[in-house]
Amino acid sequence: MEKIETANAEALRRLLSGDPVLVDVVPAGEAIKGLGKHHILHAGPPISWERMCGPLRGAIMGIAVFEGWAKDLKDGAAQAEAGAFRFEPNHHYDAVGPMTGITTLSQPVLVIENRSFGNRAYCAINEGLGKVMRFGGNDAEVLARLAWLRDTLGPALGRAVRETGGIPLKPIIARGLAMGDEMHQRNVACSSLLLRILAPALARTSKDGEVLARCLDFIGKNDQFFLNVAMAMSKALTDPARGIEGSSVVTAMCRNGTDFGIRVSGTGDTWFTAPVEMPVGLYFPGYTAKDANPDMGDSAIVETVGLGAFAMAAAPAVVGFIGAGPASGAAAFTRAMGEITARSNPEWTIPMLDGLGVPTGIDIRRVVETGIVPSINTGIAHREPGVGQVGAGVVKAPMPCFTQALETFAAKLGVVC
Amino acid sequence: MLIIRNEIRKGLYLDSVALMRAARAIAALPGVEEAGMMMGTPANKEILREAGVLDEAGAQAGPGDLVIAVRVRDADAAAAAMTEARRLLDQPRRSEAGDASWQPRTLRGAVEQMPDANLALISVPGDFAVAEARKGLRRGLNVMIFSDNVPLGQEIALKREARDLGLLVMGPDCGTAIIGGVPLAFANSVPRGDVGIVGASGTGIQEVSCLIANGGRGISHAIGTGGRDLTQEVGGITTFAAIDLLDKDPATRHIVLISKPPAREVAKQVLARVGKSAKPFTLCLIGSRPDAALPANVRFAGTLAEAAEAVLGRKLAAYQGALPKPASAAKLIRGLFCGGTLCSEAQMILQRSGLDVVSNVPVPGAERLGAKRNAHMMIDLGDDEFTRGRPHPMIEPATRDAPLAEALADETVGVVVLDVVLGWGSHPDPAGQLVRALGNWAGTGPMIVASVVGTEADPQVRSSQVRKLADAGIILAASNASATEIALQCVR
Amino acid sequence: MATEDNMAASKRATSLLDGPPRVINVGLERFADDLAAHGTTVQHVRWVPPAGGDARLADLLSKLGS
Repeated sequence: MEKIETANAEALRRLLSGDPVLVDVVPAGEAIKGLGKHHILHAGPPISWERMCGPLRGAIMGIAVFEGWAKDLKDGAAQAEAGAFRFEPNHHYDAVGPMTGITTLSQPVLVIENRSFGNRAYCAINEGLGKVMRFGGNDAEVLARLAWLRDTLGPALGRAVRETGGIPLKPIIARGLAMGDEMHQRNVACSSLLLRILAPALARTSKDGEVLARCLDFIGKNDQFFLNVAMAMSKALTDPARGIEGSSVVTAMCRNGTDFGIRVSGTGDTWFTAPVEMPVGLYFPGYTAKDANPDMGDSAIVETVGLGAFAMAAAPAVVGFIGAGPASGAAAFTRAMGEITARSNPEWTIPMLDGLGVPTGIDIRRVVETGIVPSINTGIAHREPGVGQVGAGVVKAPMPCFTQALETFAAKLGVVC
Repeated sequence: MLIIRNEIRKGLYLDSVALMRAARAIAALPGVEEAGMMMGTPANKEILREAGVLDEAGAQAGPGDLVIAVRVRDADAAAAAMTEARRLLDQPRRSEAGDASWQPRTLRGAVEQMPDANLALISVPGDFAVAEARKGLRRGLNVMIFSDNVPLGQEIALKREARDLGLLVMGPDCGTAIIGGVPLAFANSVPRGDVGIVGASGTGIQEVSCLIANGGRGISHAIGTGGRDLTQEVGGITTFAAIDLLDKDPATRHIVLISKPPAREVAKQVLARVGKSAKPFTLCLIGSRPDAALPANVRFAGTLAEAAEAVLGRKLAAYQGALPKPASAAKLIRGLFCGGTLCSEAQMILQRSGLDVVSNVPVPGAERLGAKRNAHMMIDLGDDEFTRGRPHPMIEPATRDAPLAEALADETVGVVVLDVVLGWGSHPDPAGQLVRALGNWAGTGPMIVASVVGTEADPQVRSSQVRKLADAGIILAASNASATEIALQCVR
Repeated sequence: MATEDNMAASKRATSLLDGPPRVINVGLERFADDLAAHGTTVQHVRWVPPAGGDARLADLLSKLGS
């Protein structure tokens, strides 16, 4: 239908012409309008306390203590149950967060500005590996780290980023793809490239050598530091493509450990949800699928712009790591995603595919027609709060999200069966 | 009492890929309760410790060292685990066969893989065939639709769209084509030559192309038009396009048109068009006589064999052997065909000789099965009623076994007529299959007359198939028409 | 039905006869196997019915065009 093709062309134009720049790091309460006390943003589509999974509840209890809204974890849980907190998706506030994705006013957030359209997107700083709040961790060690991020690293990063005048992110992505990153499970190259840019700025804006050393050490030891940057970048790229009448392009995919939600450009801010699926992958020693938490996180936003599982051909090593087959099968993932997307991205190309760009612009019509749903590379959390990552794998977006979206989309255009 | 054993491999780096998979393989060995293989970073050692597989030695490992850690039943299991671990780590990495070549799920994806494609061969269920064909046309591909059960209205719309785009639609229900020497779907390996064929029938194209090839001449192209192209409604869109193509093709010097009799108006236009050509035509309208005067460059053939003879300029070899007479009570001919056109041709020949014919696909003048007693029964085993839920007899000759056994046991049947169709798409050994199905037949019951459609270059090798049939006591005819004539003589 | 219309058809379709065809096979895999066996360039498509066979959704899709 002509109207749809025109609308989709516009959506792709906006998606591909973005200019995402890391411009600042500031407390979420300063950056995000309307984010106040007792307001807890989480990953995924809207969800009530009763339906939340273990790690998400654990994280909420922890942040309630961190922000001083609860005196201890038990009190945090009681208050949550009593409705003392306002739970909303990060996506409703121009933000994204990995795994539990908890965002509250004191936490420092990365600020990415899309200079082509003027919009901004936010994501907290990646806590690192092990026992962390994004896996539902909430003990003293976790909260102490959050405090250090709030009081030391966040402000230091803010000063450093401002000193650079802003760090353009598209070139980092392009280089990372040529170095084996896909920006979801594998960010080590981009993390390293970003640190090379940040280090001199951190040094110039630091007054304390020991603090500087700790900051550099923290970032340098975290292979996944860039994930949160990539996520906020992806949201900044997709937001201008929201709400284009007649467009069947997906503008968001996210999960909260219970529900998977998508948004489609032509149907505005409506969430189309279905139960999340279980990731299929490889587990660290000592863990099996029985220990796994259902899929969660806003990180599927990177697949929404053609990275992650969509760019698997750039990161063959990841294929084996997530148990998805031999490394030589990586290209097949990218080719499969090519069947459900509008076009390839000329700026983000994959050497192994002779410079073919990452597949971009998920079209719900193609998803329903081919039966191919988006694949998402993901970490697997333990179902008990606070244990941490127990493996990595591939998860599929549930088809019912797309069939529901298709029906609503069609009805809006006056097309019925 | 479980024991923990660690081994350190200094300076060996392997991707976490290989390590996790190897660890799983070790953990599956008998006597091994848990296994881990990780680089000795503090975080990884913590994971190994929590998994209960880290010992003192492993705890000393540095970040650049590989830790192999197992928790096992006894010392023997530990030794076996470590041996296997070393074997897995040291074996050379091999890429999976065929570099996991991607097979697209959509035509669009396929065109991206092969941008210079020029033909889409479509064999999806009939309801979906035209939608797929349209996708092909819109990407500049010519189309061959093998699928049948395509609504007539869709065929017309598609062919009109193709005509506007300057592209060819062969089909629907087009089982056979030969383009540039390449056999497509059910077709035979024939040498390149100067004879072009335009055919509304698959097995019709197959028999004519084989008879011409076996007679020493070659085929430039054989273009299928589908069974309904020459109806009033479709108006011969593909037929006319094909005639134009072959008329222009410098390699083609003689053109054969094969069809059942077309609609009157369409037939007139075909003749008018053909008359404009400088090239000689052979018009094979099975079982009919033309009612208009033929243009000078057109010869008429009433059977497929006659068409081949017109092209070759000589008669095909007649059957030389003796013809045994069946028992006096056994006067009926039973035809069991894989090819619909061959079945129609046989019906026409018998009818022309004044015989009563019944069939599941009766030609004009013949009746439906069961309508008459003491009629000669010609069955098209490839027709829908037989192939629902079962493979086509050309693919699986065993489909013919039961009707054949029934015919051979029927005392009223004096002769059984069969077609054996070779070529690409067909079963690898139809003759062998047939002979096995005959079992103890030889010398008892009805005679069997068969024609073999095929060439030496076909995968089944025509001469070897012919020999198997002849050795089994089957009478071999040079063509389907000849087989039918032989059967006629046998029961007269 | 006029044959003059088919002159345009001849031009585009002529390229089909210029050499061996380069085939995209949609449907029965055996056809692709056979073509590959005698050395023809062929790309097989692992076709599935639209919308996994759901006729209602398939109808909707055909109206939305894709």
